[in-house]
Amino acid sequence: MDRRDFVTTTAAAAAATLVPRPMAAGLPQADASIRDLCRRALDAARRAGAGYADVRVVRNRSQSVSTREQQITNLADEETFGFGVRVLVAGAWGFAASRELNVPEVERIARLAVTQAKANRRAVRRPVTLAPTPAVPDGRWQSPIETDPFTVSIEDKVALLLRANAEALKVSGARFVNSSMAFVLQEKTFASTDDIFTVQKNYRCLPQLSITAVDPAAGFATRQSAEVAPAGRGYEWVVQADFPGRAGRWAEEAVQRLTAKSVEPGRYDLILEPSHLWLTIHESIAHPTELDRVMGYEANYAGTSFAAPPERVLGKLKYGPEFMNIQGDRSQAGTLSACGWDDDGVAPETYLIIKNGILVDYQTTRDQVAWITPLTGRTRSHGCSYGESWSDVQFQRMPNVSLLPGEQALTTEDLIAATDRGIYIVGNSSYSIDQQRYNFQFSGQAAYEVQGGKIVGMLKDVAYQARTVDFWNSMDMIGGQGSYRIGGTFNDGKGQPGQSNAVSHGCPPARFRNVTVLNTGRDRG
Amino acid sequence: MAEWLSRDEARRLCERVLSLTRAEGCQVSVTSGAHGNTRYAANEISTGGDTADATLTVSARFGKRTASVTTNALDDAGLKRAQEASERLARLAPENPELMPLLPVQTYQPVSAFFPATAAFDAARRADAVAQATDAVQKAGLVAAGFFDRIAGAGAVANSAGLFAYHASTLATHTLTVRTPEGDGSGWAGTGHNDAARLASPAGLAERAIQKARGGRDPVALEPGKYTVVLEPTAVGNLLGLLGNAFNARTADEGRSFFSVRGGGTKLGQRVADERVTIVSDAQDPDILTRPYTGEGLPTERLVWIENGVLKNLAYDRFWADKQGVKPTPSGGGLRLTGGTGTLEELIAGVDRGLLVTRFWYIRSVDPRTLLFTGLTRDGVFQIEQGRVTRAARNLRFNESPMAMLGNLVALGRPERVAGGEGGGGFGATLVVPPLVVRDFTFTSVSEAV
Repeated sequence: MDRRDFVTTTAAAAAATLVPRPMAAGLPQADASIRDLCRRALDAARRAGAGYADVRVVRNRSQSVSTREQQITNLADEETFGFGVRVLVAGAWGFAASRELNVPEVERIARLAVTQAKANRRAVRRPVTLAPTPAVPDGRWQSPIETDPFTVSIEDKVALLLRANAEALKVSGARFVNSSMAFVLQEKTFASTDDIFTVQKNYRCLPQLSITAVDPAAGFATRQSAEVAPAGRGYEWVVQADFPGRAGRWAEEAVQRLTAKSVEPGRYDLILEPSHLWLTIHESIAHPTELDRVMGYEANYAGTSFAAPPERVLGKLKYGPEFMNIQGDRSQAGTLSACGWDDDGVAPETYLIIKNGILVDYQTTRDQVAWITPLTGRTRSHGCSYGESWSDVQFQRMPNVSLLPGEQALTTEDLIAATDRGIYIVGNSSYSIDQQRYNFQFSGQAAYEVQGGKIVGMLKDVAYQARTVDFWNSMDMIGGQGSYRIGGTFNDGKGQPGQSNAVSHGCPPARFRNVTVLNTGRDRG
Repeated sequence: MAEWLSRDEARRLCERVLSLTRAEGCQVSVTSGAHGNTRYAANEISTGGDTADATLTVSARFGKRTASVTTNALDDAGLKRAQEASERLARLAPENPELMPLLPVQTYQPVSAFFPATAAFDAARRADAVAQATDAVQKAGLVAAGFFDRIAGAGAVANSAGLFAYHASTLATHTLTVRTPEGDGSGWAGTGHNDAARLASPAGLAERAIQKARGGRDPVALEPGKYTVVLEPTAVGNLLGLLGNAFNARTADEGRSFFSVRGGGTKLGQRVADERVTIVSDAQDPDILTRPYTGEGLPTERLVWIENGVLKNLAYDRFWADKQGVKPTPSGGGLRLTGGTGTLEELIAGVDRGLLVTRFWYIRSVDPRTLLFTGLTRDGVFQIEQGRVTRAARNLRFNESPMAMLGNLVALGRPERVAGGEGGGGFGATLVVPPLVVRDFTFTSVSEAV
């Protein structure tokens, strides 16, 4: 199989796990009255002068259960419901939103959005244009869950957490434990003047556990359940995470770290588990390939990108080795950004952002495509539009951005066995990167010294610092399909006002050569 | 209903829910407000939004069992659904041994944080302000991205023991980043206040950011190491804001805090910073103007955390205070770091060799034992030689503790209001801080980012 075939096949394999798009029967937001209100909002916007308009009616429901040691600390249900209307008037955007869904209010809000767009026109120099997208007269999509978390009893949820806490506290030296589970259900109806009407139901869940060991002489150390990723799954994900079965081991690691060897700073080969590497991908690949950031639209907050300007880097920037392929998608089953249609009404594509180590594309929305069409030849959006809730205007957010596995069926053990002097890191912890995504510093939940192909002991105070392109070009080994795992974040911030996005990142374990490692421990004084 | 609740409307709404409850106890809190923003990039408006929302949280109680339900459906049916759901969940919840009794009626210090003219700052006025900034930047041949935001809102908390507290506020903020078209210089400026009349002018802000962007060209890459730094107030705020959560009595008592003493006890009463450092929270401070009570309605009184370098108070919530036999000292009311009278320019003039830092970015905890954080300089870092800013320097990554900043003070300037959040402007914790000169500030690597 040549390189090109392999890439195509692997991307197709990921796409083959595409969530079926069942006709989710009985979605409350598909009913005729909501459809009628959407139509009235769009008509009012058009009458007021909008050339384009869309409306999102969103119900966000969330539940969180939190405990510490053997007691509950919080039990909360939240629900927010409302709608937002976005309009384009002579190339200027306007957006307004309200929680009162009725005929006079949808028409008032549509007019308010148009008034704002007209006010904004005075400070617009280049009118917005939208890439074409196919009509979707009646679309339906739902997350592939087995058990709706909102139907599981509170007693079961609390009991599971307290059982895990008890297991952690059985370990001598483990003094404190916090655990929680959070669930989100987002029901969203989208309609636009481009003959699009979709109704989607998206579930997300986040189980978390954190154990702190305290020793009067050695201080304290905390181990978090970073291997358990948030997911676009139901309650089955919490059960499979098996906190009660794993808490004891995590507690032992917290205790072990109290007296672990403090790392000798210097250069090491790093073997990074997927439970850690996903965040390095998120920060150093997914964020710098957001097209709004590249074009300066996030300059005042999230930052810009080193992977710019497009005409200088697309098809030219060698991001990493030839076997490095980075996929953008919103289709891998159970991932956080999976959906049927984005908040522009576009069915997302599965595509390569980095191909054979070269940057070939960015993340796009309908109003961004034309910026790079002359370079990419692409005339449609990749489907990366998202607004956190009904009250937030949609903008470009990252899809799942994943490092595709290698051709050889290598495992973490193979990578360790091939390493003479290195550090093996599990789980994400501290993370920081500059506003153009050149210089980063990461640490993990657990770090182990590797000598002569074997793990010889635990290390503490480990953080690595690198320059993005140097780091990815130092990658020389990568795990195979069997070692591919998905991590992710529930709350990725961007935009002003700030919005949160949930996104997953898949990857195999990988090895990086000769990376700078710091010792972050200091005398406590 | 207006876009935000008046005191009477908030009281009536809370009372309606309290009259429905069949629980042994009940707390109701509401928030309401209108949010208007205008965002710009590439010298033109990119997006904006005008939204209004109101939410209500019911927390029913049966003995030590409680659960809360939040909704933004505030009609009778919505309120009843929330109240019933809260009671249903509370009955299912295990007992929380740390649940404290509902607070009785309290007295609050008045805080006047609502400015009607700020509430009236609409999309057209925001667009005008933006145009003033972008016109100046365009004329200078540079590129601006920025954000003008305005919030007007009100919140309240009430409970079945008779407590009622209400607070209304406005907040306006304008931040902008100016970059050179080639991307080789970047400068930031920001302003925020409850009263929009006290914001810096758009043209003035633009001018500050223009100067920094122009001056940022052709930077020198300095070796990582320990430097004397002049931190502008926003940079000080970025680091001082990290202390808000650290002043926690319980984690200190539990042995898992910077303020714990190895072997047991806390650093209360110990010298933890330079003797010129005093840090105070005060909701009534005219430069702070935050809500004068906690989420459960406990008044937040003026509180001195560090006085003349000595740790005087840690934050005790009601449960931990009760357990330890002390008075609750809740956090809230922003943070003020007392300073001197000098201007930024005077501080720079006193430095023989050092770096001037505009602000910090992407600050994350590295080691809670030492309050060690990492992050980077951003949007303006300059070399100081013999009391003068001489040229731009490349951005640097630091690994440093805010407590080291407070321990290694050389000089303090005149305090001003900033926001500790990395978005700048008026959001994030409200902080009033001076520019500082700090010695031995640890930078560990150079970043090419501009």
